[in-house]
Amino acid sequence: MKYSYFPGCSLKGLGRAYEESLLPVMKHLGVELQELDDWNCCGATAYMAVDEAKACVLAARNLALAERSGNPQIMAPCAACYLVLNKTKHYFHDYPAMKATIDRALAAVGLTYAGDTPVRHPLDILLNDVGIEAIKQKVVRPLQGLKVASYYGCQIVRPYATFDDQNNPTSMDRLLEALGATVVRYPLKTKCCGGSLTGTVPEAGIRMVYILLNEARKRGADCLATVCPLCQFNLDAYHAQVRAEYGDVIVPTVYFTQLMGLAFGLPAKQLGLHRAAVPFRWRPAPPEAPQVAAVAAALGSI
Amino acid sequence: MTKPPAASLGLVAHKAGSKPGRPTVGGRNGSDFKIARTIKYESDRVVSFGRDVMSVPGCEQLESCIQRGTCSGVCPLSIYMDYTPRQVMALTRADFKNEVLRSHTIWLCASCYACTVECPQQIRITDIMYELKQRAILERIYPRHFPIPVLAREFNAMVRKHGRITEMVLVIRLFLKTDWLAALGNWRLGLDLMRTGRFSLITERIKNHGDIARMLDAVDHPKES
Amino acid sequence: MVSPKQDIRIGFYVCHCGHNIASMVDCPAVAEYVGQLPGVVLSRDYKYMCSDPGQELIQKDIAEFDLNRVVVASCSPLLHEHTFRNAVAAGGLNPFLFHMVNIREHDSWVHTDRQEATAKAKGLARAAIVRVAHAKSLPVKKVPIHPDVLVVGGGIAGIHAALTLANAGKKVFLVEREPSIGGHMARFDKTFPTLDCAACILTPKMSEVGAHPNITLWSYSDVVKMDGYVGNYTVTVRRQPRYINEELCTGCQECIGNCIYKEPKFPDEFNEGLGKRKPVYISFPQATPQVVLIDPEVCLNFRHGVLTDKCKKTCVEACGDRKAIDFTQKVETREIKVGTIIVATGFKPFDVKRIPQYGYGSYPNVYTALEVERLVNASGPTSGDVILRDGRHPQAIAIIHCVGSRDKKTNRWCSRVCCMYSMKLAHLLKEHTGAEIYNFYIDIRAPGKGYEEFYDKLNEEGVHFIRGRVGEVTDWAMTPEEEGKLVIRVEDTLAGFVRRIPVDMVVLATGLEPQADSQDVRRLFNMSCGTEGFFLERHPKLAPVNTFTDGIFIAGCCQGPRDIPDTVAQAGAAAAEAMVLIDKGYIEQEPNTAYIQPDCSGCKSCIPLCPYTAIAFDATTQKAVINEALCKGCGTCVAACPSGSIGQNLFEDDEIFSEIDGLLTN
Repeated sequence: MKYSYFPGCSLKGLGRAYEESLLPVMKHLGVELQELDDWNCCGATAYMAVDEAKACVLAARNLALAERSGNPQIMAPCAACYLVLNKTKHYFHDYPAMKATIDRALAAVGLTYAGDTPVRHPLDILLNDVGIEAIKQKVVRPLQGLKVASYYGCQIVRPYATFDDQNNPTSMDRLLEALGATVVRYPLKTKCCGGSLTGTVPEAGIRMVYILLNEARKRGADCLATVCPLCQFNLDAYHAQVRAEYGDVIVPTVYFTQLMGLAFGLPAKQLGLHRAAVPFRWRPAPPEAPQVAAVAAALGSI
Repeated sequence: MTKPPAASLGLVAHKAGSKPGRPTVGGRNGSDFKIARTIKYESDRVVSFGRDVMSVPGCEQLESCIQRGTCSGVCPLSIYMDYTPRQVMALTRADFKNEVLRSHTIWLCASCYACTVECPQQIRITDIMYELKQRAILERIYPRHFPIPVLAREFNAMVRKHGRITEMVLVIRLFLKTDWLAALGNWRLGLDLMRTGRFSLITERIKNHGDIARMLDAVDHPKES
Repeated sequence: MVSPKQDIRIGFYVCHCGHNIASMVDCPAVAEYVGQLPGVVLSRDYKYMCSDPGQELIQKDIAEFDLNRVVVASCSPLLHEHTFRNAVAAGGLNPFLFHMVNIREHDSWVHTDRQEATAKAKGLARAAIVRVAHAKSLPVKKVPIHPDVLVVGGGIAGIHAALTLANAGKKVFLVEREPSIGGHMARFDKTFPTLDCAACILTPKMSEVGAHPNITLWSYSDVVKMDGYVGNYTVTVRRQPRYINEELCTGCQECIGNCIYKEPKFPDEFNEGLGKRKPVYISFPQATPQVVLIDPEVCLNFRHGVLTDKCKKTCVEACGDRKAIDFTQKVETREIKVGTIIVATGFKPFDVKRIPQYGYGSYPNVYTALEVERLVNASGPTSGDVILRDGRHPQAIAIIHCVGSRDKKTNRWCSRVCCMYSMKLAHLLKEHTGAEIYNFYIDIRAPGKGYEEFYDKLNEEGVHFIRGRVGEVTDWAMTPEEEGKLVIRVEDTLAGFVRRIPVDMVVLATGLEPQADSQDVRRLFNMSCGTEGFFLERHPKLAPVNTFTDGIFIAGCCQGPRDIPDTVAQAGAAAAEAMVLIDKGYIEQEPNTAYIQPDCSGCKSCIPLCPYTAIAFDATTQKAVINEALCKGCGTCVAACPSGSIGQNLFEDDEIFSEIDGLLTN
């Protein structure tokens, strides 16, 4: 299993804890990642607002680079990158005019794109290529007793549902359960985190963060698990603003890869856990509880 | 527990909840009773605006909108919008270009695609919102200090120059261009980022940094390439 | 061009069809052109050839100009071939000396260039003129119609059709898949807009079916095979074992009372699983036939093997001398002969789990409309008390319209009945609970007698109508009053803003879909389906209960969503159409059958190719023989015969070749 790894700007910046946990976890599972040489910004949603064609051209350069690298399968951990790369691929196939524009722009820098690069999210690769069983086998410190709200956000299921159900995705739930965690029912699992509105229109953005955090708290979650650097940032970094507006709602938000690393017994310090504004601390429940239960059961059977 | 959604977005143009040209009745003390005419004449339309938008790839399905309001019902931000997404669709199709491009709605869209996947007519509302944003920027009829178009502009300049985004640099530029007081208000956030090693001002760039500009120019000037 | 024989005298008519043809085809020019072709004695254009004056024109011309061939260029033969053949026959000619050219569907309706469309019309007309010269007089064949009728499906459509026919003295077989007839209507509480109790108006008809001397009712049965042709169908019916002898069971239900299961334990299908039943049960009190049945999936006697005697068989004891219980019953097949068939197989409610946003299955207090019909019904699982799955009584109820209708992601069509039944349920729920009722609709469609008035009445009753398609049903609360409730998020499109409305109960107004096995049924009865899967009528306006197979009729929701009045009207129409055939006693068959010519070498290659098994081998003559009654005129054998020894009436080689010649010659 070898993939072109497209980190995207966030994983080198605000979301570096994602990369810091993703890389060792993938290595631990024997997934080979080759960082895409000289990748550029995916085009992102901000560029889409100004010029769709240009956004697609930016994304297409990365697709073309991946094709040229010999590892055409791209792993894009950031949900926004994942969507823009996928969308470009769709537009390339669906709209001849867009294809012509992309071809022309790539030709200007000596690149070509054939249109066959699968763009995949780590969650997809973990569930469908690595497999739940292989992941289970690597678990040495099961996350017993940890209650997690799995939060998918928008863009890995919308608008393209490539590997999970659009309304009720379950891939992360299954993954977290394989790690031994308890997944709480979280009806907001695909709701928007506010995106860049937390910065640009705080009144709206902060309210959305508050709703997500508050519901996780009400459902008894110890933490939110996320698959996207922007979601993680919004849910983690704006606790003060949420408190000022709505009162204290403290729920840490971690990347699902960080939870995997913990369950695999990788050192917490190497998983970027120290980078969160709201610290996430978890120790496995003392092993007595199951033993007591077993003794009680044994006594009961006499 | 929750505050009622306040009317002010802190934006410059119109206030959410008061539509341009609509009478603002009351106010809590009942003092500012202003009326304005709300009728629209045919001359208020920019004929062919709707048709133009619907001719853009991804926007074609707007023709089949029957105004169910599913988009607004699932939109997480519709509660702040001056026109609901459904109304934006109706206004666009009916050629009310000025009303659409001046509305907050297009700038509040967070691109979560909920409307797009839920629409029973399979209208790609998010893509239409993108198209409307693009037209507003092109015509420069967004509110002057409104941060989202500024963010888009700064973002694009940075990508063109370096090929990648250095988030902290982008954020700082954004605050300087829009509302530097807000940046001060966020001092705590900045401290948090520094404390957790995420506040980096080292510019990220690609090796072949001329590539991006060459590609983008090829999009704009098909003949020269 | 092949020159026609000397004695051929052709009359040609080109029809304007109002503007339908004339707007795209220059009809006078076509008439003028054809008038100059060899053999054509007269050539006319006329506004409406199918009208009485048009038909009289043909008859008059035949006499006056001594015509012996007629060609009409107009619409599709499907529509008016029969009309013109009759006109020609009335004029004294054999009807098969007539030929029809389709210049509407094949020409004017599909082209945009008038000049080219006119040229095409001329070409098609020329081909027909050349062909018709080779037409022969053919006899009209009559085939007798078997007077018995099969009705498939025992819902209100099947019941009404069966009773109509039986009351007219016809023998009817009524086959129903479920243990009882009654269909969906038997499960409704009241009917809109009059609010008559559905059971009160339906069950008398059900018992009439059960008791009617002319009706053979086979419930718990389905049709597995159909052979033959109009007037002479052979149908195989499979009868599922009820483990009860229908003749001996008196419907006393003592077996149910004495079943080893003291309490009903298994989900009750009739009540949508909201109630429970025992392994031996009767679907509902007024079930017809009044015969119990045993569910072998859960009956102890079956689960432990019939011979092991683990179950005490208290039911058999209770049945006593009646000896109606028969654990050895097996699937039976019966073969019947009928002349006509009415298919009334009904619909399936939309599977609401396909729209997970509305929470069915995740939130216990989300119900389908059919569940609510049972919930408000006096003989339902709660005796009409609206108790939610969590034991509460609702104080606010949302009814979401168009669930699985008018939605490109599920079903595009309007299901026609949901607006009205939603309003009916709103009224009943208000009556039973006094709750606030919110209807969420896209458009209110109330186009029936008394329907709009019913809508008015609901508004006057204080039921809320909010125009907007619901975004989601969820249980996350934003405000204290939403805690513990289901929250509807919707844009009130008339007010122009988004609302969140907390309720205790959500009712999903499910749309109507074709039955899951509609494609199998379609193949079984040789019918067609529209793209959405409902059975296709022969003509949407003029032959709404006929199918493309003669003698097979459709009624009710299997043809498309409709309400009870329309269903009953259509069932009556289907019964009348069947009676037309039965009372006429025979059917005239198109003489397009294949025939064996004397030079047949007896190679037998045609025999296995015939899809209708109409060809046999005659050992004495050493030649193939075609059974005319079975031949459908498909032409497969004609094309396949290695020695060219099979001919076909109406499609003789010289007719087809000359037509091609005529088309290709300019």
